[in-house]
Amino acid sequence: MRLRTSRSALPGFALTLGITLAWLSLIVVLPLALLVLRPWTLGVAGVWHSIAEPRVLAALRLSFGAAVLAAAVNVPFGLLVAWVMVRYRFPGRNLADSLIDMPLALPTAVAGIALTALFAPKGWIGMLLTPLGIKVAYTPLGILVALVFVGLPFVVRTLEPVLMDLPLEAEEVAATLGATRAQTLRRVVLPALMPALLAGFAAALARGIGEYGSVIFIAGNMPMISEIAPLLIVIRLEQLDYAGAAALALVMLLASFAILLLLNLLQWRMGRRAS
Amino acid sequence: MTPVSGIAGAPLAPTTERPAIQAGLIVLTILLLVVLLLLPLVVVFVEAFAHGLGAVVGALVEPEAIAAIELTLVVAAVSVPLNTVCGLAAAWCIGRFRFPGRRLLITLIELPFSVSPVISGLVWVLLFGANGWLGPMLDRAGVRIIFALPGLILATVFVTFPFVARTLIPLMQEQGAAEEEAAITLGATGWQIFRRVTLPNIRWGLLYGVLLCNARAMGEFGAVAVVSGHVRGQTMTMPLQIEALFNDYDWVGAFTIAGLLSLLALVTLAVKATLEWRIGRRGGALL
Repeated sequence: MRLRTSRSALPGFALTLGITLAWLSLIVVLPLALLVLRPWTLGVAGVWHSIAEPRVLAALRLSFGAAVLAAAVNVPFGLLVAWVMVRYRFPGRNLADSLIDMPLALPTAVAGIALTALFAPKGWIGMLLTPLGIKVAYTPLGILVALVFVGLPFVVRTLEPVLMDLPLEAEEVAATLGATRAQTLRRVVLPALMPALLAGFAAALARGIGEYGSVIFIAGNMPMISEIAPLLIVIRLEQLDYAGAAALALVMLLASFAILLLLNLLQWRMGRRAS
Repeated sequence: MTPVSGIAGAPLAPTTERPAIQAGLIVLTILLLVVLLLLPLVVVFVEAFAHGLGAVVGALVEPEAIAAIELTLVVAAVSVPLNTVCGLAAAWCIGRFRFPGRRLLITLIELPFSVSPVISGLVWVLLFGANGWLGPMLDRAGVRIIFALPGLILATVFVTFPFVARTLIPLMQEQGAAEEEAAITLGATGWQIFRRVTLPNIRWGLLYGVLLCNARAMGEFGAVAVVSGHVRGQTMTMPLQIEALFNDYDWVGAFTIAGLLSLLALVTLAVKATLEWRIGRRGGALL
């Protein structure tokens, strides 16, 4: 393959790259670089102190824990939805397809108050759960519900193209060799979907860790119990503790990038083994 | 010996699930989609109209609500064109040229997607806030960025930065540069190529990217919450106004504005479905 460089026949490379780099530096890179620098005005010990507070650790544990759990719930949910959407035909399928994108199109604050209204003790769903002794709104369970809501499309949309490209021949061969349908799904289809399932899990997780708008209304925001890390950043900013807010933000960014890098590596290894 | 061929009577192991299982899975899926995704949308409108149409109209003509709607439109009207121009520039250099650092550039462009909305607002407070790097200097000059319109715009631009570029780059790579290269051999200038060849080819993708960018710009909550300062009637965008009304137990007011934003979301989804039908491609994520 011939490598096209900036000496391509087309004009405008320098101009468009210039605009892109200037805008990107000004809007994204420079502000994030300053975020990385800011905590250290506290000194290393100061940063450690501001992170090691029990309230901060509880918030980080909650944000990462709830995001992992919600992403894990969304793996079977997403697999079910993607499988049905790709493999089966049924009336209302196009409508269902549009519905899947709802959490991405609906502003997070709208989702937040809507879920709260649904799951509050007197809400349509809360009403059914209260007699069973299940409290969702204003508890950590509410956070999980909100994160499952925002994360579902990430798993479905990651799986769908892979499912569509999955060669049917493999399933036919398994069937002619005498495998039952359940065996084929478990031994042939599921392993082929593993990298995509992991990628969907990672995408839902990445979204869930930093999620704010859809969570804070339903969470109840009790310190040590249902207070998420992004909310603690907001609280520190309101107290004009900029360095403390930046320190917490930096920990969140580093931890989520580390997790995503790990998942990417795992996915890459799985993909290589499969091919 | 049992026959191995389906023709001989005993069917082979099936290559799809039994009809009963299929029906069960379809019902389960519809149930999940309705309870988890449709009900929240429905409840928005039911709560808004809980006290009748009059209350909804009353909530809409509330001066604070009008101010929030105006501010949201202004923020989107500034942020979306800026990111559209830059997104087009990024799509041109990344989609039409190969150069070292290209992958890194794509990663950096998508970076705002993997940053918490709160952090997207925080970076601007660290820069321009009262205790920020430039805060004291701006204060002396009498310029307000945080807790004012410029801050809201900066936070929104950061959050919506990737949408246009991200929609256009795969589209332009898929289309290839053959038509543009033909135009250049025919003597077209760069601007002519862009206007007469590239733009008509990418117009639906561009429209979709701009629409996504706009939907997020009008619906962003976390990033603007951090830089807004929550001055009623002045620095409250629609999502922030929703929060304020909800916390005041004014559910009709909160859900009325939420209903407006839900309509925007429904329009976005409808346009997506239409464009997919036009382009004939399915199952892309609305990201």
